[in-house]
Amino acid sequence: MNLLVCISKTPETTAKIGFTDGDSKFNEEGVQFIMNPYDEWYALVRAIELKESVGGKVVAINVGPASNDVVIRKALAIGADEAVRINAQPQSAMTTAKYIADYAKEGNFDIVFLGKETIDYNGSEVGSMLAEYLDLPFFSYASKLEMDGSKAIITRDVEGGQETAEYTGSFVLSAAKGLAEQRIPNMRGIMMAKRKPLNVIEPTITEDLSVVVKYELPEAKSGVKMLDADDMDELVRLLHEEAKVI
Amino acid sequence: MSTVSDKVALKGCEFLLKESTWLDAYGPEDFNEEQLMIQSMVREFNEQEVHTRREKLEKLEEGLNEMLLEKMGELGLLGSHMPEQYGGMDLDFNTNSIIAEEMGTTGGFSVSYNAHTGIGMLPILYFGTEEQKSTYLPKLLTGEWKASYCLTEPNSGSDALAAKTKAILSEDGSHYVLNGQKMWISNAGFANIFTVFAQVDGDKFTGFILDKDMPGLTLGAEEKKLGIKASSTRQVFLENVKVPVENVLGEIGNGHLIAFNVLNTGRYKLGASCLGGYKKLVEVSAKYANERHQFKVPISSFGAIQHKLGEQTIQTYVSESAIYRVSNLINEKIKELKAAGKSNAEAKLEAAEEYALECSIIKIVGSEVLDYVVDEAVQIHGGMGYSEENPVAQAFRDARINRIFEGTNEINRMLMVNVLMKRAMKGQLDLMTPVMAIQSELMNGTSASDTDYGTYADEKEAIKGFKKCLLLVVGAAAQDVMSGKLNLKEEQEILTNLSNVITQIFMAESVLIRTEKIKERGQHKVDFEVYESAMKTYFHQSRFVIHQNAVEAVMAFANDSMVGGLLKSVAAFSKYRVKDVKTLRRTVAASVIKEEAYCL
Repeated sequence: MNLLVCISKTPETTAKIGFTDGDSKFNEEGVQFIMNPYDEWYALVRAIELKESVGGKVVAINVGPASNDVVIRKALAIGADEAVRINAQPQSAMTTAKYIADYAKEGNFDIVFLGKETIDYNGSEVGSMLAEYLDLPFFSYASKLEMDGSKAIITRDVEGGQETAEYTGSFVLSAAKGLAEQRIPNMRGIMMAKRKPLNVIEPTITEDLSVVVKYELPEAKSGVKMLDADDMDELVRLLHEEAKVI
Repeated sequence: MSTVSDKVALKGCEFLLKESTWLDAYGPEDFNEEQLMIQSMVREFNEQEVHTRREKLEKLEEGLNEMLLEKMGELGLLGSHMPEQYGGMDLDFNTNSIIAEEMGTTGGFSVSYNAHTGIGMLPILYFGTEEQKSTYLPKLLTGEWKASYCLTEPNSGSDALAAKTKAILSEDGSHYVLNGQKMWISNAGFANIFTVFAQVDGDKFTGFILDKDMPGLTLGAEEKKLGIKASSTRQVFLENVKVPVENVLGEIGNGHLIAFNVLNTGRYKLGASCLGGYKKLVEVSAKYANERHQFKVPISSFGAIQHKLGEQTIQTYVSESAIYRVSNLINEKIKELKAAGKSNAEAKLEAAEEYALECSIIKIVGSEVLDYVVDEAVQIHGGMGYSEENPVAQAFRDARINRIFEGTNEINRMLMVNVLMKRAMKGQLDLMTPVMAIQSELMNGTSASDTDYGTYADEKEAIKGFKKCLLLVVGAAAQDVMSGKLNLKEEQEILTNLSNVITQIFMAESVLIRTEKIKERGQHKVDFEVYESAMKTYFHQSRFVIHQNAVEAVMAFANDSMVGGLLKSVAAFSKYRVKDVKTLRRTVAASVIKEEAYCL
């Protein structure tokens, strides 16, 4: 099978979040980056497992600057056969989807994988846009994927239960927890990663339709106030005037 | 890392006689992408597989150590230091230091790992026949077999060669019969392979490779230890165990070579492993100090706590500088020896032997900084630190063994001076020329230095003085030894003083050259002032440590006619302008309080 896995770079989970440029841009200074866990743990690993069982090739793709190569090489260390980096600063879900789609169109991929969302912007948008650009069906939030010959059996998490779908043909799939189990790259994989191809291509021209105006951090939580159990009037006043919940 | 190669790398002990510059420094800021990837891979493994099983490991749940070692084998972590022909990755020494450091966060399990990959495998690699290597190493590298090393006995610990276990050759010459008792054997509970030392013909100390299934080999119960409870430690009893002659390791009577040479690498790795442990403790301490409120403020806002956090960080930064400096020295030496045609095993063995003194320094420093940092971590946690519910209590118990095994710190202190003296006697190290230069400098009074040191002139001048201080005392002691007035070997207190001075010099110089390198290359992760403050605080302390130890040594051996002059010179050489270390420590503390991690 010919498999494409979209991998994104996200801040490490304990990173301190701040903004610059009038709060319109994420401040990357001093932040450690990792591969988006949904892309790495589930999408990439399931693609590698499929390749291992039925043969084929796994290509990892990322949209970003050269500094992303470290994250891309981790995908190669885990087991992707080759990687592509589209040399552009990611702007929005739409441009990212368009860049990837323009590459994927030529690649004749059976399945295009990506995580259900990135853990930074939580957009969950690239998958559906990518499917639209490629004119392929989209299975979101997949927690299981099995192949029965050329037929794919996909289990999706839906509210309060599960949905199972079958499809024969190419498709885009976003991965949720359960699709695979995290793989730690082994030493041989790490040493091999350097020798695997990492092709850099220039992006196609796409006009962005929206711009981010402002980011805000959630308000800092104030401390817990302890009141005397008999002082009901004060409690009502605080709930009314400070917490504004009644 | 490629550097200008007209510079010859320092030989063992030579740091005492020669100047090092920032170009000789090496630290985590120099790791390449592959090394960082391996570092994060080991971290991931520890977080997912080891830390999550802390409580089960503490109970020594059956099969757990084995399972984790096998998983490490699958990832290629058990053979990272082994030649490719046996299935290893043959990564360079620096990368293996990184792995050792990361494994140091895993408490008792790190002992299982170190015993298996270090004293378990290395004797076979260094001294095994080709057949022994290809029989044992591939299976040890995958984790299918686990290894242990049986040297210590109830009545022979530091005095390892006094072992009583006997090996007697059978009449037909086909096997040896081993009888004896071994004690404190790490991994004994699950090991398949036991490297055992025994006396052939009563006095030829020799190594043997035993299989767990050999009749007559039995195990004692698990020891009830103070710490490292996750590690299996048992006695091994040998009762008429028949060991085929093919299982003799190395040559008959050469067991001491195996026993002692393997320890150099072991000592270095122990230090590196401790570093991983206390870096984590700095993080845990800073986080708790920020969370814990008393008198309505976080306790990290108090000077007394900032003193602890600052000092924990300074000690960590300084020792990290020394540990990776030694790592890189060994690394470069291995490359040099391989290029000269030595085999993989020979190169590793000889490189570690070359830096035997430095390996002892790292063993002592790693274990003692760990004990300092973990003790203060408990103190910062207050009552919480004394509760077994908190991992800090476990860390406190686990830490203590490091000053005891792989040669006690006392033995290592003796050894250090012994190595220095031996090399001087053999003419491998020219100690006498600089000693005489200092003596003539003192007589002629031409000490005022007009060298232009450039950056950190005060510190460079101080290092020069510290070295002179040591050489002065060593030279005076050596004269007394030669004239028969002093039996230095029997004066362990003096040897301890000298080793303390040697250690302090190495540490101070390591932090100086690394700090300058970080400055020159702009490699600082937090404000550069933090690095500089750490270095200056350490120099301030070093001045007093060196002065005190040198004075104690002089007072212990010098006669009345010498003592006055020596003390005066000691005072003149152990100089460094004192600093306001309260403010410097606070600067360092502020950065860990902000980052909630060791951040240098």
